[in-house]
Amino acid sequence: MSSVHVSPLSTYLTIFGALMVLSAITVGAAFINLGSFNPVVALAIAGIKATLVVLYFMHVKYSSRLTKLTVVLSLFFVAILFAETLMDYATRGWMNYTPMQQ
Amino acid sequence: MHGHDHAHEHHPSLQHHFSTMSQQREAGVLGMWVFLLTEVLFFGGLFITYTLYRMWYYEAFAAASKSIEITPGLINTVVLIGSSLTMALSVRASQTNQRKATVNWLIATIILGSVFLGIKVYEYADKFEHHHVPGASFQFAHEPAPGEAHVAPAEGGHVATMGPDQLQRTTQLFFSLYFVMTGLHALHMIVGIVILFIIAWMAHKGRFDSEYHAPVEMTGLYWHFVDIVWIFLFPLLYLVERHN
Repeated sequence: MSSVHVSPLSTYLTIFGALMVLSAITVGAAFINLGSFNPVVALAIAGIKATLVVLYFMHVKYSSRLTKLTVVLSLFFVAILFAETLMDYATRGWMNYTPMQQ
Repeated sequence: MHGHDHAHEHHPSLQHHFSTMSQQREAGVLGMWVFLLTEVLFFGGLFITYTLYRMWYYEAFAAASKSIEITPGLINTVVLIGSSLTMALSVRASQTNQRKATVNWLIATIILGSVFLGIKVYEYADKFEHHHVPGASFQFAHEPAPGEAHVAPAEGGHVATMGPDQLQRTTQLFFSLYFVMTGLHALHMIVGIVILFIIAWMAHKGRFDSEYHAPVEMTGLYWHFVDIVWIFLFPLLYLVERHN
């Protein structure tokens, strides 16, 4: 009757080990000058760590497609939040407008 | 399974509006994820604010971030990911009917969560001591504490384009975000620890088994989410620019 997926102990320990290694890499990478790629690397590593937590610790890998869709939706909404806001703020300097008369 | 004969095989925790335990569990997991979706957007607002100010006042963010000690942040990263492991092991123990192990791993999670908050208290106290708390007594860069005197030259290099007044204002923005983001995160952890105590008590009383352990599982989802927030906060607040 039970449809719950029980992951083996080794899965949790492996993921924990991977998260520790990635944390060490994040700190190490911050001390190397990669120019504008420093934040890219930092966020990429954080993204991989978050994905591991979501898939294995939060069992999304073994969850229903509806749950998976909900997880992806949260990223989609955050993408909208970031894209729309940055579209505004990053392009304000493009306009050569004159301030309105008081 | 269904129809006339289902009455006698009902699990005591099966609510009347669900036909099976797995359907009930599915609904719970989905509901929890919808809640976490709202949480993602809740924190998302802070992350976009951080992104904009970091783009505008990068020098200030780099200098302010450099004044934060990495070690307590890194220790807390290890502690919090460790607490996610113990939380996951507690859920696993509840899935496999190990009542004692479920309780013990929950207690381990509570302890690690408390260690995290303890280190956070030390870090906050340190900010008060260095006048890095936004407000009337905020003071940045011009009065380096004895311990961080070696940082001063590098900071000098950064702030070349910013006047002292501007640096004072913009580093204050960084620390405002630091306190709001880590504060909101810490508040989530305090709530999480209270929930963990309740769940540990319920587990101790034998309320869960391999068929019904949704409360342990939902607490786990919440706790892992809080862990994920920290996974992003750590590099964004502590490691803006550490080379040079």
